[in-house]
Amino acid sequence: MAAPETTAPAARVEPVQHGFQAHSDGGSAFVPVQTRSERFTSTSADDFAAVTGLEFEWKFAPMAKIAHLTAEPLDGSVVEVAADAVDGFSVDWIAHDDALIGSAGAPEDRASANAWSTAEKALHVRVSGEEGGELIVRRTGFGSAPRAAHVVIEAAPNSRGVVILEHSGAANLAENVEIIVREGAQLTVVTVQEWDDEALHLSSHFATVGRDANLRHVIVSLGGSVVRVNPAIHLVEQGASTDAFGLYFADAGQFLEQRPYIDHVAANTRSRVNYKGALQGKGAHTVWVGDVLIGPHADGTDSYEQNRNLVLSEGTRADSIPNLEIETGNIVGAGHASSTGRFDDEQLFYLQSRGISEEEARRLVVRGFLAEIIQQIGSPALEERLAVAVEAELIRSQAAE
Amino acid sequence: MSVLKIEDLQVSVETEQGTKHILRGVDLTIGEGETHAIMGPNGSGKSTLAYAIAGHPKYHVEGGSVTLDGEEMLTKTVDERARAGLFLAMQYPVEVPGVSVSNFLRTAKTAIDGEAPAIRGWIKDLDASMQALRMDKSFRERNVNEGFSGGEKKRNEILQLELLKPKFAVLDETDSGLDVDALKVVSEGVNRAKANTGLGILLITHYNRILRYVHPDFVHVFVAGRVAEQGGPELAVRLENEGYDRFLEGSNVG
Repeated sequence: MAAPETTAPAARVEPVQHGFQAHSDGGSAFVPVQTRSERFTSTSADDFAAVTGLEFEWKFAPMAKIAHLTAEPLDGSVVEVAADAVDGFSVDWIAHDDALIGSAGAPEDRASANAWSTAEKALHVRVSGEEGGELIVRRTGFGSAPRAAHVVIEAAPNSRGVVILEHSGAANLAENVEIIVREGAQLTVVTVQEWDDEALHLSSHFATVGRDANLRHVIVSLGGSVVRVNPAIHLVEQGASTDAFGLYFADAGQFLEQRPYIDHVAANTRSRVNYKGALQGKGAHTVWVGDVLIGPHADGTDSYEQNRNLVLSEGTRADSIPNLEIETGNIVGAGHASSTGRFDDEQLFYLQSRGISEEEARRLVVRGFLAEIIQQIGSPALEERLAVAVEAELIRSQAAE
Repeated sequence: MSVLKIEDLQVSVETEQGTKHILRGVDLTIGEGETHAIMGPNGSGKSTLAYAIAGHPKYHVEGGSVTLDGEEMLTKTVDERARAGLFLAMQYPVEVPGVSVSNFLRTAKTAIDGEAPAIRGWIKDLDASMQALRMDKSFRERNVNEGFSGGEKKRNEILQLELLKPKFAVLDETDSGLDVDALKVVSEGVNRAKANTGLGILLITHYNRILRYVHPDFVHVFVAGRVAEQGGPELAVRLENEGYDRFLEGSNVG
């Protein structure tokens, strides 16, 4: 494909005070405790009430920075991506009324709906090879004006492949990423956020996994001001499985959020969710909300989710909320775990008393902590690059301390 | 001959009630291959001595010196002291999340030696030491001290002692909380380290028990932040029979 290139953005509408504009109410104004699958969805932002910041899906986020992505017009024109030609993969753009659009899910929040209704075309990545190759899609040209995007990643029946979405540069982006894993396919999707410091990125992923297919889904968030990637993975046919991983490193002032939702619809489905995050520097804030729903027909479900956070300095905040809903008793297993631990002065003293310098001690701890996730990515080159990126992140945030 | 020399060491610690002076002029000289037992009642400052030597930031040195072969240790950082040849086996080793025992040991060994150990010899040494300390191989992949029992933590300390090969080791109540089998295993490890490297040992203990397995050359009785009496191994036996009462009259230590 062509080198990254930005098409001219539409004129930016002047910011207005958010939330004053009246919206038709689609029934989502106040939502009592409910089954996760019954959450309101719509592809039109106007069906959602204006965001106040008090809603559960927004309550942790710094709304002053991102409210415009939920309320204001976005530029939905195409931003070209860069991807090498790889056997077994194809990359093109499809119209927004293509039949594929919407086949993996629908927006559950206002930013997602705003992006959905605005994106003019969708980037369509199709995996058809059975050899298990790797495609890197570099997305670097979003710029700092508010934008919408839509991506559809589709794995043909019995195909295998790794699709890596690499994000860097400036961004002020709300987007939807649909992932369709057809029967027997083995698909890995990795989304890597190494944005510039000021970047804003709200991304909703929707995945549907077919019979005996597997989706390995990996979120790596390192750079950006506000980065939120919320994957909803629906295991809709028998034998479907997913391994969902996340790795994030928040430094001073950074907000990184992820809300994986695993929806066990069919029988004999399996899920493993494992997210790990490190926080260092004043105002570093991470959020993990892990929902697992085991539906009434999901007999034989085997599910486990966990989130672990490592706090490296004072002044950080890690929110971690696991939710498990079980609507059938006939399951193999369902568990969850969440922990947030500190790297403290006593640990530092211990490591130093064995000859290890302070800097090396911190690196040792972070590297060890995050290695478990990095090793799961399934792309040796990317694993190596990310190990180095995490190390660089650590050194940068140490220097800023 | 290496010598660890502690002279007129005075140490205070900040407490909620203000600055508290704990060590009030400690003098001790430990030669290579010597084992010195420091015994004393609770609150006499034994552990403070251990942490002050290692350089824990909570303890403030008010005066005196600790030299290793003439080189002042008190002005060095914690890791510099370790690299100079000091080791502290801790009473309560902390958990280190995310760091496996094997990764930790290799990193420490590399830091102490200034170069990474040759892989094959290192694995062999590690296996041999772990086996001698009756530690299952699965320990290598566990996070440092995470979920370890009290006995496992102490073995892990002695494992480090054996592998890092310091010149002098302070063992801070390494015997506390160990059943007799674990005590023997740990003591054997200490004796092995001494036989292999000529390690000098400062063995801090409340009880005589460990001294049956790790034989001291000298025994020092610690009371109210200084050495109140010293002698040979017979002093430990006497303390076991008589207790510390005769030292405590008139002293006023918490």
